[in-house]
Amino acid sequence: MATKKFMYVNRKAPYGTIYAWESLEVILIGAAFEQDVYLAFIDDGIYQIIKGQDTTELGIKNFSPTYSALGDFEVSKIFVEKESLEARGLTIDDLMPLKWEEEDDDGEWIEKDSITVISSDEMKVLLDDSDVLLNF
Amino acid sequence: MKLGIQINEGPYNHEASVTALNYCKAALEAGHEIFRIFFYHDGVNNGTRYATPPQDDINIADSWSDLAKEYDLDLVVCVAAAQRRGIVDEGEQERNGKDGNNIADGFRISGLGQLIEAGIESDRLIVFGD
Repeated sequence: MATKKFMYVNRKAPYGTIYAWESLEVILIGAAFEQDVYLAFIDDGIYQIIKGQDTTELGIKNFSPTYSALGDFEVSKIFVEKESLEARGLTIDDLMPLKWEEEDDDGEWIEKDSITVISSDEMKVLLDDSDVLLNF
Repeated sequence: MKLGIQINEGPYNHEASVTALNYCKAALEAGHEIFRIFFYHDGVNNGTRYATPPQDDINIADSWSDLAKEYDLDLVVCVAAAQRRGIVDEGEQERNGKDGNNIADGFRISGLGQLIEAGIESDRLIVFGD
């Protein structure tokens, strides 16, 4: 089966609508297909990976811990748009520290950051380079 | 060109599914191939045969069924999204102990892997929704 660059674009806040949660379900299923997976978080989508989410008062499931498992599914190329962070008064320190593990030449597993903050110009190039673009 | 189609919005509430319907008709008439049409999020509501819109309005589910029959299309409703929203075929009815089913002709319920496969196998995946 061909390998394509799958780009999942997450644009919406996590709990106002179901798009974020159902997008995450696609990403988790898609991870089993051994494709080249990229995630982008832009606009209110960056709230999906913000630290300290608590949905107790809402009475709905807090699915944010699932993002921390993405590294185990070899989903490690996660890009956050700098302008979206700045417009909301946020920095990368406000986001969950999403990690993945890479085996080095000595067989040691090294923990690495999955999130890279990029400009909207860099994001344009990334989106343009993807083969399959799924917008959520 | 081989196309994959993803529809993320329900009928009537949102124009996305009718736009997708018109797009699919135009693409097929122009000789393109549609590998699969995948219904996700509220888009699964396109696949109920229980909708009864006013007679002077379009019946969107029937329109999908007719198009599927004419062109032998693969209309797939996401199982996880369908279970949340009560779209049920015979298999799901039996599995989940429901008292009936409502899937429209030409639709089938299957997993999200079908969407990923459509992305891999199609030249383009076109997404309809917000």
